[in-house]
Amino acid sequence: MKHVVSIEDLDNKRIMSLLKRASELLPIAKGEKKSDILKGKILSTCFFEASTRTRLSFESAMQRLGGSCIGFADPSATSHLKGETLSDAIRMVAGYSDAVVLRHPREGAAKLASEVSEVPIINGGDGAGQHPTQTLLDLFTIKEEIGKLENLKVGMLGDLRYGRTVHSLSQALDRFNTKLYFISPESLAMPEYVTDELTGEWSTHQNLENILSELDVLYVTRIQKERFPDVEDYKRVAGAYRINSELLNNAKPKMRILHPLPRVDEISTDIDNTKHAAYFRQAFNGVPVRMALLEQLIGVKK
Amino acid sequence: MSDNLLRVQPIRNGTVIDHIKPGCGRKVLDILNLSGSDTTISLLINVQSKHQKRKDIIKVEDRELNEVEIEKLALLSPNAIVNIIRNYAVAGKKTIEIPPFISEIVQCPNENCICNNEREVSTNFKLLSKENLQIKCTYCGRKMEEDSINFI
Repeated sequence: MKHVVSIEDLDNKRIMSLLKRASELLPIAKGEKKSDILKGKILSTCFFEASTRTRLSFESAMQRLGGSCIGFADPSATSHLKGETLSDAIRMVAGYSDAVVLRHPREGAAKLASEVSEVPIINGGDGAGQHPTQTLLDLFTIKEEIGKLENLKVGMLGDLRYGRTVHSLSQALDRFNTKLYFISPESLAMPEYVTDELTGEWSTHQNLENILSELDVLYVTRIQKERFPDVEDYKRVAGAYRINSELLNNAKPKMRILHPLPRVDEISTDIDNTKHAAYFRQAFNGVPVRMALLEQLIGVKK
Repeated sequence: MSDNLLRVQPIRNGTVIDHIKPGCGRKVLDILNLSGSDTTISLLINVQSKHQKRKDIIKVEDRELNEVEIEKLALLSPNAIVNIIRNYAVAGKKTIEIPPFISEIVQCPNENCICNNEREVSTNFKLLSKENLQIKCTYCGRKMEEDSINFI
């Protein structure tokens, strides 16, 4: 494994070994144990677009393993504005570090970077394209919370049209024989180019209540105001897809709610303290998953 | 062929593109920009053929197609056959094939794709299916079918 541009770069066996390792690394991720697995290694975090969560969890992961980070959080501080190409910037940064995390507003940026870089490129999100480490941490969260990945029933709720996290996650879960339920207003339905690729069972729904009791996992995404030309339409749709504790009376006791965060008000705060709420643990899980990935990419082979 | 010969004279030197998908001949002319050159071009539309029911044929005098043109032709009409004509005789027959990766000749329709926004990056597409032609941008993953392909 050299670069991680898309979740498709990782086969099921590799995914399972990463998730297993992430689980072993939990005490180090929490700061309960110390580690110097990546001592002397340097990770570049190149963020041509702001993303606090992804950047900070990569930096935390690297430092928890005894490595260090260089990089930038905002392209205005770089030669980008002087007209430097991405390829040139990556060649330069690759010379300064052992691996590069790249976040970029254009689709395909990480693929291009992987073609010119001497060191592993990790895609930290490219435009509306891929964000494989988000998918990994989503898978890890499901596995940790439910105990397995195979043969689950997973609902995806909200903006399924524009949400890249639900696209990649659907395709990844499909490889583990998951039954998928897509719940959204018609205007924000899962695009055909995603469903066309699914080999397993899936169905679309406009209403959560009817199917909630079947689900093992409910993955909620934010419905963005800017997708609606009419504010009233937005309020109506957002209201219809809001989760509150009353709604969860029908849910399986072990059902877990995930959300990539930040949330606005699609999940009522009265759910936060219930056993169903897994979204804050999910956000933390970015650290052990990225630790496992960094270790596999640049750690010394035993 | 004899019937066709009556309609259009044989050429002495050049290229005959045979077995073009019927109705596609004009598109081939435009996209290969054949009519932009100063040689004589003949286009036959809906010619009766033994193998296919109908076909288009293009005859280009004094010019042989280069690799890039043949690659474009393959995307436009995968079953076409390129005959190189020298001194009225067929000097070479090329069955054309779409390569597994198609670079530089097709434009990615995604305006936000890195290949449309970086200097010195050429487009690159992976061939997914030959039968119902489908290609996929190796950068952004956007898929295109036959009728949505834009040539550079």
